[in-house]
Amino acid sequence: MSGEIREAAAVRDGEPSLALDVKKVREDFPILKMRIHGKPLVYLDNAASTQKPYAVIDAYNVFYSGCYSNIHRGVYHLSETATKAYEDAREKARAFIGARGIEETIFVSGTTEGINLVAQTYGREKIGKGDEVLVTWMEHHSNIVPWQMICEEKGAVLRAVPIDDRGDLVMDELEKMLGPRTRIVAVTHVSNALGTVNPVKEIVRLAHRRGIPVLIDGAQAVAHMRVDVRDLDCDFYVFSGHKLFGPTGIGILYGKKELLESMPPYQGGGDMIRSVTFEKTTYNAPPYRFEAGTPNIAGAISLGAAIDYVAALGFDAIAEHESAIQAHAAEVLSSIPGLRLVGDARTRIGVFSFVMEGIHPHDIGTILDREGIAVRTGHHCAQPAVDRFGVPATARASFAVYNTREEVDALASGLLKVREVLL
Amino acid sequence: MSDLRDLYQEVILDHGRNPRNFGKLESANRRAEGYNPLCGDRFTIYLFVDEGIVRDIRFEGSGCAIALASASMMSEDLKGRSEKDAEKRFGQFHALLTGDPSDREGAADPALGKLAVFSGVREFPVRVKCATLPWHAFEAALKEERETATTE
Ligand SMILES: Cc1ncc(COP(=O)(O)O)c(C=O)c1O
Repeated sequence: MSGEIREAAAVRDGEPSLALDVKKVREDFPILKMRIHGKPLVYLDNAASTQKPYAVIDAYNVFYSGCYSNIHRGVYHLSETATKAYEDAREKARAFIGARGIEETIFVSGTTEGINLVAQTYGREKIGKGDEVLVTWMEHHSNIVPWQMICEEKGAVLRAVPIDDRGDLVMDELEKMLGPRTRIVAVTHVSNALGTVNPVKEIVRLAHRRGIPVLIDGAQAVAHMRVDVRDLDCDFYVFSGHKLFGPTGIGILYGKKELLESMPPYQGGGDMIRSVTFEKTTYNAPPYRFEAGTPNIAGAISLGAAIDYVAALGFDAIAEHESAIQAHAAEVLSSIPGLRLVGDARTRIGVFSFVMEGIHPHDIGTILDREGIAVRTGHHCAQPAVDRFGVPATARASFAVYNTREEVDALASGLLKVREVLL
Repeated sequence: MSDLRDLYQEVILDHGRNPRNFGKLESANRRAEGYNPLCGDRFTIYLFVDEGIVRDIRFEGSGCAIALASASMMSEDLKGRSEKDAEKRFGQFHALLTGDPSDREGAADPALGKLAVFSGVREFPVRVKCATLPWHAFEAALKEERETATTE
């Protein structure tokens, strides 16, 4: 697979860009050949989850059929192979986000678990009565509720940075809201409802000036842009494998070593201990301290394969292709009569939320589905963000590296069809 | 396209665009809310029930074309019915929506009258909840349940 992609790039040698051959990329994803209601599948729900390339599907298959066993346990050959594959995947994830060491790279089940882990360990120790946690109006529920829970328990206050009419964070307000009682800032890198790319590096700088740590929810970022946690200087960074062409049930929590070392465990069990007696248990060092029990071994290994896949495509090529698709989508959507984009941030990615005059998003979703087009409708688990724009729900088309111009055009004809059926 | 036309029949679109009995009922002696957490659709049903008869019914809220039309047509259908009869209507309506899609003609109970236009919903299982939401809220109002009725 990766050989083919390099070849595709090589063929274009001499051209100014290393343009991505989207046809070739699509061949890597078996599901994209599917037909829905007799029409070719146009999958535009990539913000919810991405499809899987053969590389990932095969990694799963190979692991379960050829080298499966539990890890960190046996002295026998199979267990050694499985352990090595699992730890190799950790190393790939480390390199992918630029963490200093594997002790900073924890396998979790996904973004949601990663944020809960930080809230329940770091948060539980550091947040007290009258303290504040700062989130934003555009967070996914998974970066709101875990903080709400710990705030409620501790008598702390959850505060939210407002967003403006375009869907950008109001940075002046953010700066003002960073106070002496702020214990942590938890902010999304990219909004799943609005497509906004937040200035996270600047947010980290502002927070650190006041000694406040920052957690970044990278769920929507990692498939679209190179992330370097050292450059961002964030304290925690979390993402899910399934939004990065990997399997469900696996994700990464990055944390700075000094912080992780000072944090209590999340769950108790096997693998996270050094020694256990009934009187006292001593805990293992990070990352293992935070990985109690048998982990999602196959998921981790296949996430490694997904990371290899994305690395072979290269973020320069991905970004170039996606920004062309995004520009085309912005143009085409604004040409649909009665359509209003919800969120028009100055820096954004190809996640477009919209409403149509006189038409409920649910009805848009049903009619597009009959055209083979998969979009999400609803509040996208970011109810405050959608509420902010005075609508109960939106329809959302979100793009990934395998989407084409033709699919954008199919969306446009689908939306005209929606008007034809309903108006 | 043909099953889309089955779903979005002219009558349904008309009720969706111009819902009947829309607005608050000042004389209501029972009310309940219906909420679909999946899509945020929310309706309040107001009833005036007297001697076991639904004398008046109005509703407020927002939702998709199917939910709005369902609320509108339900309000027309139930006005003047006894509580017992109204409950029975919900049962018949529910059976219409969840029947076997291949058995289109067969299952449309002639007693359903105008409500039979919702038979196309059967082909769209994820939309069944849209059509039943107002009815769940109605049922809750009849029972004077304090809690918001949800489709979950
Ligand atoms: C911005 C954002 N944060 C968090 C999540 C939660 O991710 P997961 O459900 O994989 O834990 C999502 C997924 O929808 C998301 O878009």
